[in-house]
Amino acid sequence: MQNTINFLLSILYALIGLCMAVAGIETLRDKTNKVRIGTAVFWFFLAIIFAFGDWIPAVVSGAMVLIIGILALFKQIQVGSLPKLDPKTAQEGAKRLGAKVFLPSIVLALTSILIAQFTPLGGQVGIGIGAVVSLILAIILTKAPTKQVFKDSQRMVRSVGAPGVLPQLLAMLGVVFTTCGVGKLTANMISHVFPAGNHFLGVALYCIAMALFTYIMGNAFAAFAVITAAIGIPFVIAQGANPVVVAAIGMTSGYCGTLVTPMAANFNTLPVALLEMKDQMGVIKQQATIAVILLVVQIGLMYFLAF
Amino acid sequence: MEYLKLLGILIIVVGFVLKWDTTAVVVIAAIVTGLFSGMDFVKLLEVIGKSFVENRMVSLFFLTLPMIGLVESHGLRDYAVNAIKKLKKLTAGKILNIYLLIRELAGVFGISLQGQVQFVRPLIAPMVIAAAEDQDNKKLTESEIDLIKGRSAAVDNFGNFFAQNLFVASGGVLLISSTMKSLGYKVDPVGIVLNTIPIAIITFILVFAYNLYFDRQMKKWEGE
Repeated sequence: MQNTINFLLSILYALIGLCMAVAGIETLRDKTNKVRIGTAVFWFFLAIIFAFGDWIPAVVSGAMVLIIGILALFKQIQVGSLPKLDPKTAQEGAKRLGAKVFLPSIVLALTSILIAQFTPLGGQVGIGIGAVVSLILAIILTKAPTKQVFKDSQRMVRSVGAPGVLPQLLAMLGVVFTTCGVGKLTANMISHVFPAGNHFLGVALYCIAMALFTYIMGNAFAAFAVITAAIGIPFVIAQGANPVVVAAIGMTSGYCGTLVTPMAANFNTLPVALLEMKDQMGVIKQQATIAVILLVVQIGLMYFLAF
Repeated sequence: MEYLKLLGILIIVVGFVLKWDTTAVVVIAAIVTGLFSGMDFVKLLEVIGKSFVENRMVSLFFLTLPMIGLVESHGLRDYAVNAIKKLKKLTAGKILNIYLLIRELAGVFGISLQGQVQFVRPLIAPMVIAAAEDQDNKKLTESEIDLIKGRSAAVDNFGNFFAQNLFVASGGVLLISSTMKSLGYKVDPVGIVLNTIPIAIITFILVFAYNLYFDRQMKKWEGE
């Protein structure tokens, strides 16, 4: 069964590689993008890593990740100009399809959950199959020609851009931290000032640290890799807590930090500008009370559900 | 000199705070951590390459993009906008609560909206302001309107944040699952979804009440 899963996954990764290669080609054709060479290299390297990652030597993949980092450092990765949505197609579609326009999304969610729960294939293959099935359904519903499907695919993939692979890079960073023993070291440091062994204090420390680090960095995903390695595992999971519960609630505890930080520009400062508000902190002020209550609630939830 | 390997964490924090390019910051943090731990460069590249390849599952959501692009170009947004416009006769708090529900349901089905740009600015905030002026028959002051705008944006964030991990292929769920695997614990994406349900429901109830209370507060506003 594991062989079947791996085989299916390598097909799915090859499909992602194909999407990325297409994004690379379309980037090269976008003459308005001043850094199209760097951006195209970014997409082609990712395409190679996704499609052939199992066969190329790890040191080569590592070098490609490093080059992507260098390209990003010198601002050589930019989205460029994307094809605009055609308002006529959108209006006609909304009229003709009505609520059915949501059907592919619902099928995607249901297919992936059903495959994960009721087949031995697991959640990852489920997502992949769900994506393919829902795409076919969307093509049938919209009666879109292949050209349109191609155009929408490359538009979406390119619009996601470098932030789209950030989660995967952070997961990579988590491995580097673990390999180098960063978590052990911080745990040692913290245990000098903080007593390990108390379930409730461990949970409170982890949830508050998630919120606080997210507040400082403005990004819960980045905080998650660091704080879970440094605090979540030694102070909560190592005491016998259920890792699934701790991880799930740990992440949403981080979101409480996102609610109150001006660092999360997309969520808290962009609306101020968009809505032409006078009060720069106007959005955060509306969120602060709820953020504090939710953090307290989540400390309680984690304590009762995880042990 | 063992503490030097904590420089990686420092780089992450400083880099994100100073808004350096996030991709670059993460790669540099990995390199710095590895080198200061005494790893040789080739070995470090191997660790980076191997772990990046092994964590490809985090990016599985790329496979859902063609479908999302297709329904988007065929009126997903137009349909939602038309549906919301039918809410006119409700109180301000109720409009906010219906939008909260829509936002959480969209999260469940992995429909990622740019809520602030696509809904709050053009639709929700103006409708809530109109409803507030209508229900008490008064012209609101600038600072009162600011409060409504802030609340409209806040409702979008509440619904967005605490429901997005209800979708099994969301970036957050895949990142949690993959990071936990790197840290040595097997965590199933579906398990994360199930354990996110309580906080999604609590957030909904809490914000629902918070918005109804907003209706009562508005009654006391002076207006112009």
